[in-house]
Amino acid sequence: METERKLRILVAKPGLDGHDRGARVVARAFRDAGFEVIYTGCHQTPEQIVSAAIQEDVDLVGLSILSGAHTYSFPRILEILRENDADDITVIGGGIFPLEDITKLKEIGIKEIFEPGAKLKDITEWVRANIKPRRGVVLKR
Amino acid sequence: MDIIEQIVSGDVRATARLLRDIDDEIASARDILKELYPYTGKAFVIGLTGSPGVGKSALVDQLAIYYRKAGKTVGILAVDPTSPFTGGAILGDRIRMQRHFLDPGVFIRSLATRGHFGGLTRSTNDMVNVLDAAGKDIIIVETVGVGQDEVEIANSAHTTILVTVPGMGDDIQAIKAGIMEIGNIFVVNKAEREGSRKTVRELLNLIELGARRRNGGDWEPLIVETEAIKAVGIEKLYEAIEKHRAHLLATHAEKWRGVLEKRARIQLLGALKDQAFRTILDRIESRGDSIDEMVQKIVDKESDPYTIVQEIIGKEIG
Repeated sequence: METERKLRILVAKPGLDGHDRGARVVARAFRDAGFEVIYTGCHQTPEQIVSAAIQEDVDLVGLSILSGAHTYSFPRILEILRENDADDITVIGGGIFPLEDITKLKEIGIKEIFEPGAKLKDITEWVRANIKPRRGVVLKR
Repeated sequence: MDIIEQIVSGDVRATARLLRDIDDEIASARDILKELYPYTGKAFVIGLTGSPGVGKSALVDQLAIYYRKAGKTVGILAVDPTSPFTGGAILGDRIRMQRHFLDPGVFIRSLATRGHFGGLTRSTNDMVNVLDAAGKDIIIVETVGVGQDEVEIANSAHTTILVTVPGMGDDIQAIKAGIMEIGNIFVVNKAEREGSRKTVRELLNLIELGARRRNGGDWEPLIVETEAIKAVGIEKLYEAIEKHRAHLLATHAEKWRGVLEKRARIQLLGALKDQAFRTILDRIESRGDSIDEMVQKIVDKESDPYTIVQEIIGKEIG
């Protein structure tokens, strides 16, 4: 008889953008939806974000970005996850993105992008519907 | 490499995944813990406790710098509260430790209490064992920080550090709680604030009051003043911890073992309670009996919880 697994989400802001109100609001919404949120704050490099995601064994990484730095940081984060065999961790983004970039980002593997005006309820429901906790590790002998 | 070899060789992902399985009480994690047990018992465990906002995370961050400089690897377990209403949590202790994110010698794990009281989580002792088996020399456990009730850490750590800040209000409050008795080292953080001398004096009084209960060779708690954000006083704290560790090892080797014994007892009885409960519940379900029906009987006053439990135990254990 196993208890239901808790969803673990990393919320981070890559790059130099210091406006984190949106990230905090979403982090709180995730908590209110019953998820465990590791909030690492602003000024994170892709390397720092992936390192935290792996140590915390999260199911989802939510990147908040308002500054346009997504063109570098998002692909780089996906790349480092792949290098570390951790590309089963889903990555989504929230914030301000030019329309054509959203398509490009989804093509390279960003699962979803939420723009300003997205309802918190829609975000948490999307997570509940699309993100499942990872299966347990089994002892292979 | 199988999972045991991966963890013992320090593989981050394998360690992280096992910690998660333990946190979620996945059955297969127990088998892995069994196999890891022989590799445990080497790590030095430091517990940090104290009310919210006193600066525990900042102190953990600073201590990790010192231990890394001394060539040790560090594991950090940082506990934050789970919301009793939603079951979710915001785990924000990591923010204070960003400088260590890219250091392969530091492993940081954020934990939510998930309804557990006492300052830790149900799985903290098991997680300490995993980080121990993974080769971390030092394991720092930062409790959730609700103050008075957090004495659990004393059973899991070799050295327990109680952190306060000046002017935290009622002095009597501190004396009556058991929390003051578990501190091997007392830290007055934010010592630049007004009232820090008074706080130190009060702590000294407490220590003197406790002296009557201590025997000759017992450890007398040390007091250290720090300003964690400015990295002031950290060297003194590091030296105090090392002094306590030397005390445990040199003259009181049996105390070191005593800490291991306490942890082992908690784990044994905890595992027994969990396993027995689950086994009996499984048997009830497989027999086709229903907990819901039992609840109805109780509400209809056809039986009571105590009689029902006696009947169950009688059936299962005889």
